[in-house]
Amino acid sequence: MAMPTADIMPMLPPSEAPVPATRKRRQRRFLGNRKAVVGLVLFGFFCLLAIFGPMIAPYDPGKRGDELLIGPSGDHWFGTTHLGQDLFSQMLDGTRSVMLVGIVAGVVATVLAVLIGVTSGYLSGVGAEGLSALSNVFLVIPALPLILIITLSLPETDDLTIALVIGCTSWAWGARVLRAQTLSLRRRDYVEAARATGESTWRIIGFEILPNLTAVIAASFIGTVIFAVLSEITLAFIGVPGVSEWNWGAILFWAQSQQALAQGAWWWFVPPGLAIALLGTGLALLNFGIDEYVNPRLRSGATKVRGVKMRVGFTPVLPKGTKR
Amino acid sequence: MGYLLRRIAFYLFTAWAAITINFFLPRLIPGDPVQSLIARSQGQLDTSAIQSLYILFGLDNDQNIFEQYFAYIGQLFRGDLGLSFTFFPTPVSEVLSDSLPWTLGLVGLTTVVSFLLGTFLGVLAGWWRGSWVDVVMPVTTFLSSIPYFWLGLIAITLLAGQGGLFPSSGGFDPGVVPSWDMDFVWSAVYHSLLPAITILISSMSGWVLSMRNMMLTVSSEDYITVAHAKGLSERRVMVSYAARNALLPNVSGFALSLGLIVGGTLLVEIVFSYPGVGFQLFQAVGAKDYPLVQGIFLVITLSVLVANLFADLIYLVLDPRTRKEG
Repeated sequence: MAMPTADIMPMLPPSEAPVPATRKRRQRRFLGNRKAVVGLVLFGFFCLLAIFGPMIAPYDPGKRGDELLIGPSGDHWFGTTHLGQDLFSQMLDGTRSVMLVGIVAGVVATVLAVLIGVTSGYLSGVGAEGLSALSNVFLVIPALPLILIITLSLPETDDLTIALVIGCTSWAWGARVLRAQTLSLRRRDYVEAARATGESTWRIIGFEILPNLTAVIAASFIGTVIFAVLSEITLAFIGVPGVSEWNWGAILFWAQSQQALAQGAWWWFVPPGLAIALLGTGLALLNFGIDEYVNPRLRSGATKVRGVKMRVGFTPVLPKGTKR
Repeated sequence: MGYLLRRIAFYLFTAWAAITINFFLPRLIPGDPVQSLIARSQGQLDTSAIQSLYILFGLDNDQNIFEQYFAYIGQLFRGDLGLSFTFFPTPVSEVLSDSLPWTLGLVGLTTVVSFLLGTFLGVLAGWWRGSWVDVVMPVTTFLSSIPYFWLGLIAITLLAGQGGLFPSSGGFDPGVVPSWDMDFVWSAVYHSLLPAITILISSMSGWVLSMRNMMLTVSSEDYITVAHAKGLSERRVMVSYAARNALLPNVSGFALSLGLIVGGTLLVEIVFSYPGVGFQLFQAVGAKDYPLVQGIFLVITLSVLVANLFADLIYLVLDPRTRKEG
């Protein structure tokens, strides 16, 4: 399961503001990053599937057929289940629920993270400390069991309520990162200047601080989407009621409960897993793109500067035997 | 000392928060929580299970909510978590004490090993950036995006089952009796190998990535340049200067993300039918065994808090700055 561990490190604030970088040039710099582009393409692909998937599905995903448990063929691209249902259609149909929960939970969590993180970072006093303690508590409590007991105690659950539960429990990571970032921005000269000219607190937060947090917010949004997708699939896999019928996790649930493994029906559980991994990889790549955009030190690839090989960003060393 | 005391106070507060969540959640359900649970279980509950629920939720007498709350906490301190109705009438605490050692052994050990191994690989990947080691990055990204349980499924198909190298389910051979003799221990270790490898592969990549990034950030500090200039050996600079400093954020990151990791690793138990807490959670969800799910939540939370405390102690040893103040 993907942990947003890459976010652990305090990201460098975008301090050395690329002075006259126009919007267009910045865009080009981000899109010039191969990781970011691949991630964007993968993410876009799944978004399209979520919108059009149920329409282009060749069969009704729940319809039973005569061909039971057959491998991939021309008729059934991904094979069939023990009831003769078409797995390709189930996958297409399930994409919507996966993406919906991921994005809704991501938005909810990011909004909460910005509100709580930036407030507790910018303001000081008991309230701010309290908010920070709150996010630490949510960070330490194991997320999955917490989500489980909340969804189990709700009288009725559907995709949207599950998305809300995931969103409301997984904002803490983003809030922590944003708080740290805000703390470091708070004493910058331009913020002090804005304060000196008498701008209101909310204007400073909204117009001076938030724009400089864009990359961090985007990264925490993507991290939460990864987490939400995996949590939802996990819930469906465990068999929590209320998740959409053909969610990828639900497909895996059926594969597991029908002993697909023992029967050698690899086509039943390989596609959902690969789809999850592809979506997760796409989002993670997008996140690396943002990381490297913000923190140029992370860019991989040997940088050669005029014959001097920069060894790993360490001390430049001339090749042995070169004369000065 | 001040640092440690503050951390302990924080963990006590978190434990209290988890207990309070546990207490109030069933009471927030509109209407009679027991009735709604009965409705959801679609007639799978018998009358004795229903009675156990009323006792757990403190609804069998006329106490007000505060009295209920203190009664609940008192109950917890006596280790009484209610009765499980999957295993009715076994108390939840008994069910958990059977399964917790398995989970602590498998999940606890592999989490630590994966952190150590991943950090070590991350040091290498960060030090030799721009060489062939960079190939590791896309591979680890892909691996870290795979859900643990799916990797488990694949591992079972490829390596276990009839004629396979490893057993595909259970914590020990059905033939041996659980005790501390060689047969049983060997059987338990053998059964835990495949789940452990699964967890290792999928959880390690996160540590590789974050350690690599920390190494890169640290490596452009001045003291690294100085260390190079002093003519120290490459290895010395890498280990005692770069890795030593890059390690700190990784350790605190480890403590922070324990709660997330444990959730994922519990699922591996489900796939392998490993007799631990995760597998029990799966059965409890299937049977709508709310008391057991609650108990598991509490036990997992408390274990994570204790693990966090250990991580803090290690941090204390690693970072002299935390020892100074106080």
